Amino acid sequence: MTDEACIVCDATVALPADVELGEIVDCLTCGSELEVTGIDPYALEEAPELEEDWGE
Amino acid sequence: MSATPTFTAGVVGASGYTGGEVLRLLEGHPAFEVVQATSREYLNKSIGHLHPNLRALPLRFSSPDELESVDVLFTATPHGVSMANIESYLEAAQLVIDLSADFRLSEVALYDTWYDGHVAPEYLSQATYGLPEINREALTDASVIGCGGCNATVTMLGLYPLALSGWLDEADPIVVDLKVGSSEGGTASGAAASHAERSGIVRPYAPTKHRHEAELEVYLDIEVSLTGHAVDMTRGAAATCHVFVDEPPSIKELWGIYREAYEDEPFMRLVSGGGGIYRFPEAKVLAGTNYCDVGFATDDDRIVVFSALDNLMKGSAGQAVHAANIALGMPETTGLEFTGLHPVGAP
Repeated sequence: MTDEACIVCDATVALPADVELGEIVDCLTCGSELEVTGIDPYALEEAPELEEDWGE
Repeated sequence: MSATPTFTAGVVGASGYTGGEVLRLLEGHPAFEVVQATSREYLNKSIGHLHPNLRALPLRFSSPDELESVDVLFTATPHGVSMANIESYLEAAQLVIDLSADFRLSEVALYDTWYDGHVAPEYLSQATYGLPEINREALTDASVIGCGGCNATVTMLGLYPLALSGWLDEADPIVVDLKVGSSEGGTASGAAASHAERSGIVRPYAPTKHRHEAELEVYLDIEVSLTGHAVDMTRGAAATCHVFVDEPPSIKELWGIYREAYEDEPFMRLVSGGGGIYRFPEAKVLAGTNYCDVGFATDDDRIVVFSALDNLMKGSAGQAVHAANIALGMPETTGLEFTGLHPVGAP
């Protein structure tokens, strides 16, 4: 388990030891879905999501 | 012997929606025994006659002219009634918790400005504002608690962290757009409240000078421009607050500001962006709970704050029981643990 900072709210996000590149983890504080874009060192980016208008 | 002390309670004005909510909460509360519920209009009717969710409560409405002696008296009467009867209320109970507007404001001049005056101004100095997040410490030795207005509460809880952190400058305009459910109007009916007229509406009401702005002036020291809309829901109040600033803080800074203000508050939750079905506060999922959800976003020249709650709960009866828990030295969340229903239809 590794602690990283959420790139949205700065809260601590615990990454599982076996987390893989491209895996999506959600921040327990702000709920943001974060994509693991780096492993050594760890890097997180906001995962793309559908907008509220659902494409209309 | 029970490990939890028992306090007797009475509810004056128990036939209304907030009175019914107080009864519901006290009935499920391990430390309260409800001994009296009053209503002039429904004298001798069973509680379940008006509050069908409380059919099992073995009480009938009694007269408010014959109050029993209790530890705590909750008063859920129309505005003006509590101030006229506060002396008899305090003869009946050591602690009076008023859900109306009669003891929310600290000075009689404010009642002259925002309401229709006050007939018992000598009691205002011993009244304590009942919103724990704003006024927790003062509640511990209170004798009269005046609960916050539902619309003031939802707006104040949204803006409070910004006030604490110095982001609300009197030179910067604050515009509040409020949506409220029909239960805010109470049980009084009229042509405008009929189902045929009220269903499906987004009806502006109190477009300017809403009375609840007074509480924001007193307790947050800010002036806001607030406009309410009656919308097609039964429970709920949702505020969208636009705080115009030269340069807003970053979202990460806002998370820090709101976390610092609310991380130890049992009924405050931050819901802001992120993933999931509801990314910002939604009144529907708060129905029946004592939570207030708060979220935020920024634009080039403004901070947008969203807050939502159940007007009958965090906006009134839940706030009253929360304040009672604090005043009586109980764990704050006692009797208020309900987390809501999901999925749920229009509440």
